[in-house]
Formats: sequence, C-alpha cells, structure tokens
Amino acid sequence: MDNSATTRMLSEVVEAMQPHFTEKYGNPSSLHYMGIEAERAVDESRAKLAECINAEPYEIIFTGSATEANNLAIVGACHAGRKKIITSEIEHSSVGKVIRNMERRGFETVFIGVDEEGFVDLKELEKKVDGNTALVSIIHANHEIGTIQNLEAIGKMCKEKEVLFHSDASQSFTKVPIDVKKFGVDLLTLNSHKIHGPKGVGALYVRKEVKLEKQVHGGMQERNWRAGTENVAGMVGFAKAAEIGVREMKRNVAKMQKLRNALVEGLLRIENAQLNGPESDDKRLCNIANITFNYVEGEALLMRLSEQGICVSTGSACSSKSLQPSHVLKALGLKHEQAHGSLRFSLSKFNSSEEVNYVIKMVEKEVAELRKLSAYAPGKKAGYYEEREQAFE
Amino acid sequence: MRRGSRHLNSDDVMALKYTKKVMDHFLHPRNMGELKDADVEATDGSPACGDMMTIGLKIDPKTHKILDVKFKSYGCASNIATASVITEMVKGRTLEEAKKIKWNAAAEELDGLPPVKMHCSVLAAKTLMDAIRKYEKMHGLLEGGEEELSAENIRLELRNIINPEMGIDIVRLKMVKGISVKKGVVKIRISMGNTDRVYEDSIREEIEEHVKAMRGVKRVEVGFST
Repeated sequence: MDNSATTRMLSEVVEAMQPHFTEKYGNPSSLHYMGIEAERAVDESRAKLAECINAEPYEIIFTGSATEANNLAIVGACHAGRKKIITSEIEHSSVGKVIRNMERRGFETVFIGVDEEGFVDLKELEKKVDGNTALVSIIHANHEIGTIQNLEAIGKMCKEKEVLFHSDASQSFTKVPIDVKKFGVDLLTLNSHKIHGPKGVGALYVRKEVKLEKQVHGGMQERNWRAGTENVAGMVGFAKAAEIGVREMKRNVAKMQKLRNALVEGLLRIENAQLNGPESDDKRLCNIANITFNYVEGEALLMRLSEQGICVSTGSACSSKSLQPSHVLKALGLKHEQAHGSLRFSLSKFNSSEEVNYVIKMVEKEVAELRKLSAYAPGKKAGYYEEREQAFE
Repeated sequence: MRRGSRHLNSDDVMALKYTKKVMDHFLHPRNMGELKDADVEATDGSPACGDMMTIGLKIDPKTHKILDVKFKSYGCASNIATASVITEMVKGRTLEEAKKIKWNAAAEELDGLPPVKMHCSVLAAKTLMDAIRKYEKMHGLLEGGEEELSAENIRLELRNIINPEMGIDIVRLKMVKGISVKKGVVKIRISMGNTDRVYEDSIREEIEEHVKAMRGVKRVEVGFST
C-alpha cells in the first residue's frame, strides 16, 4: 500500500534487463560490436519511451533518477539571463528544494498557493508570469494527495508569454495519458521505479528547441547533455516498464480506481476520519488515498500497521527528518494536528480486494487502540501549557 | 503490501531505528489509561506539535510514595514508549526519588532512542515533573517560593531543548549564545553551527513552547545565526 514510494518490478522487465548484466555488457561508447549492441539497446529504449509521451527519441535524456531530471530541468534551464522562477507550494522536494536553493544564486522565486483540493491558482500564476520569468515548474499529479493539475491550460499560458514550462510527471506516468505536445510542456520528468521499472534511472523530456546548460560534465553521452556511461540495463528496463504501463493503462487504472474507492469508503466509515485532496475520479490519481484519522498520530499508526504487514506513509512531523509536518497538507490548509494524523495509501495493479478489506479491518483496529490511549481526544483541552498560559494572563 | 501479522524479526525492527525495548513498550504499553482516583494529573505538549502526554499519580500522603501511576499519550512510537517506561520507573518510588529522573533516563532505560526522537524522552520526564510539582504545590511541600524569571532560569529550561540531529541538548552543545529578559519579553540567540538548518523551525517551536510556559513570560523571540 506504499506504491507511490516505489513499486515491484515486473518480471518482463527483469527478463528484458538480464542479458545486459551478463553477456551484453558492452559500453555504448565503444566502437566494436559489443559497443554497437549496447548502443542499439539504448537507442531502442529511448525511442520506446519517446513514443509513450508523443515525443521524438532525441528529445529524451536518460538520467540517474527523476530527482536528477528535475535538477537538470530547473538548474539547466535557468541560465539565459532571466531571474525569476515560479512553482507551486505542493512540489516534491526534488523541485521545491532545488528552486529554494536557486535563491542563493540570485533568483527571485514565487511559490503559488493551492485551493483545498490542491489545485494551483491559475489566475495567480498568470499574474506572476512576466518577461523576467525563466521557468514555470508545476507538478503534474501530486505525490501525497494525487491532485492532477491542468497542464494544458498552464502550457498554453506559458507559450503565449514565451516562458519555459517544466512539469514533474513522476507519479502520473502510466496512470494519466501524457502527450507533451498537447500539454505544451518544454521539459517533463519521468520516473522508472514508480511504474514497475528499475531504480537508478529516470528521464527528462527536453523539447528540441530548448537549450539546457549541462550539469554533469565528462563524456559526450546523452547528446552531450549528461555525461556518464549509460545504465544500459536500467534504460532497457525503464522503457519496457513504460511500454507495458502505457499499453495496459486503461485496464490498470480501472482496477486501481475501483480498489482505491472501496478503500476510501471503508476507511471513512471510521469515526473522525477525513479524505484529503479531491474526491472525484477525474481530478485525482487512480491509486492514491490520503486520509486523516483525527486524535491519532500518523507515525504510531504506521508502525502498528507495519507490524501487521501493511506498508503506508504519513505526513506527520514525527516521521520527517526536519520534525515538520507535510508541506503539501499544510498548503491545503490542514491544521498541524490534522497533518500529524494523516496516512497515504497508494496502490498498484498488484493489490487485491482481499488486501483492501484486510487493510480496512486493521486500520480500524489500530486507530481504535491508539485512540484509547491518546491524551488528545475530542473536546479535550489542548494541553497544560495553554492552561498555564491562561492562568498567568 | 504483505499479509500476515508480525512477520518482522528483531533485525528488521532494528532497521526501523527503534530498539527491541522501544517496540515492546510501544506495542504493549504498561500502566496505560486514566487513573480514576488520581491525586494529581499533568498534561504536557500539544496536538499541534504532534506529541502530548498526560500522567496521573496516586500518592501516599504520609510516605510520599507513588502508589499508582497511569499515562495517556498522543504521539509517535517513541513518545508512547517513553511514557510507558517512565511509569514503570517511578511506580513504588518516593517523590524525592522520582524527581531525580532526568530527561535522558527514560531513553537509557529503553536502550536508546534515535537522536531525532530524544525530545520524546524530555516530554516524558517533564510531564512527570509537572505532576510532582503540581502535587507539591497543592500540599504545601514546595521549599521556598516560585523562582523569579531570569536568564539563568531560562538557560536551565533550555537544557530541555534537544538538537534533533545530535540528540544532545542545546545548552550542552553551546548553541545558546545569548538570553535577555526585559519586562516579560525573552530574547534568545541560537547559533546553528554545523547543524542542518532544516531543524531551525523545530528548535524554534520547542524553545517557544518551553519558555512561554515559564511564569512571567509574555513573549519569546528566537534568533538564529550560523
């Protein structure tokens, strides 16, 4: 139930990769037959992946991860003199933190807020885009709540204003049809390990007219845009997973949607539980359900579910390194204590309705137990500190 | 997702960065619930911070022995575990003995906590101390009066603020560079040194929570430098 973190690799993918670890281990840069064999595998993978998003093969740059693709898109695109970057408040950290870091290089940054369903305020966005704007970067489908942004509208606006547009499609790929021409994006990030492909590989679509500044220097690989000997097996696996994912999209989406809706329905029967993010199927990813269980802290619930063999994630501060609750849930307007009690369930095509029923039963049980021992309960005063504060006023 | 209960062995639990004892107290909390005939009860922390604890004590009026203790807790696994273990540590002890339990004692009893979770141990010790102080006040057991607000007292209070990266308090780490008190307004200067700046917000919130609760404090301002 944590497939937004990563997914199980398909056996077809493992099989396709296998020969590139053993007999076909050539370096694509070599001139001999083994090099040519490896180069061909890379080229075929690039073409397959391009086809999945209606791009040309030479518009795909393979990277070491989606995080690296996001870094390349943002840092690479911001070199031509314009000094402003615009993004949303609900980006993945591999976009949000990179853009924050650009402030130190003298860039002005704008973080656009979202409504309570997680949709970017398009009017606000349009107002902020000006002649000094180097890049707009907006996540396609959010990784915590699943909100799918209207990329077409943003793409059109950016084109009119002649501003580069990047989107991180790590979560949406193979779950929402992606057409880079229709969306009007200049740069788009794709992820492999979230679509049943291998880890250690990602990709960036770069529209052919766009010029990026190289970030990893060395050899002339990836059309001289990213140095480093190609991860041939990874690229082959990624392309295979993408090909299968896009081919089976309709069927898988229908299955995950049905399971997710059953899960949400079951979990919302628990008292004091609420769904975070949009409700209707066309506004959110088919596989994500983010739910707050009030009066329970998320990490404790996560750990108890883990003991029952159930893997989920939480937006609680207790589980984050910085001890701050999820910035995405805060952007939706949730109170800290609501964010602390949130769990994200994310499904894949491998989940079954038996599993969904088991999860509902276990969450119900563990929430009840934790609430029984909770010092925080409905109607209860917020704490001794506040009592004392009032007493001394 | 995998079916079946308790498939994790002890090595996996270690991989989750919690010791066996933490997991044991978290999954099977001792002395959990509300103490119906408690002589005193104290609550510390807040839901907004994500950790909150209530401890109730039943005390022998003659010997000042803690006859019974119960806790309730809202928080992560280590929050529940530290509350549970501290109730075990004080049961049957006198108030004087219980007062000697310092913030790191609960963590030590659990065979350690990850640095980022040390503040849970602080909360447990503080909630216990608050309950004892409240009882002492109610029964006229306090020696001397309430202390005046001073930079020295604030520094003592700051010993309860843990640097989440190191798991050590900020006074010991020499991160407190200045404290000033003027008409109830407390200004504190913190040097982050080599500590990751992502912890600034959490350290600020912790300081505000602790210092604001001190008698006579109207406002707290925390400034950071590297």
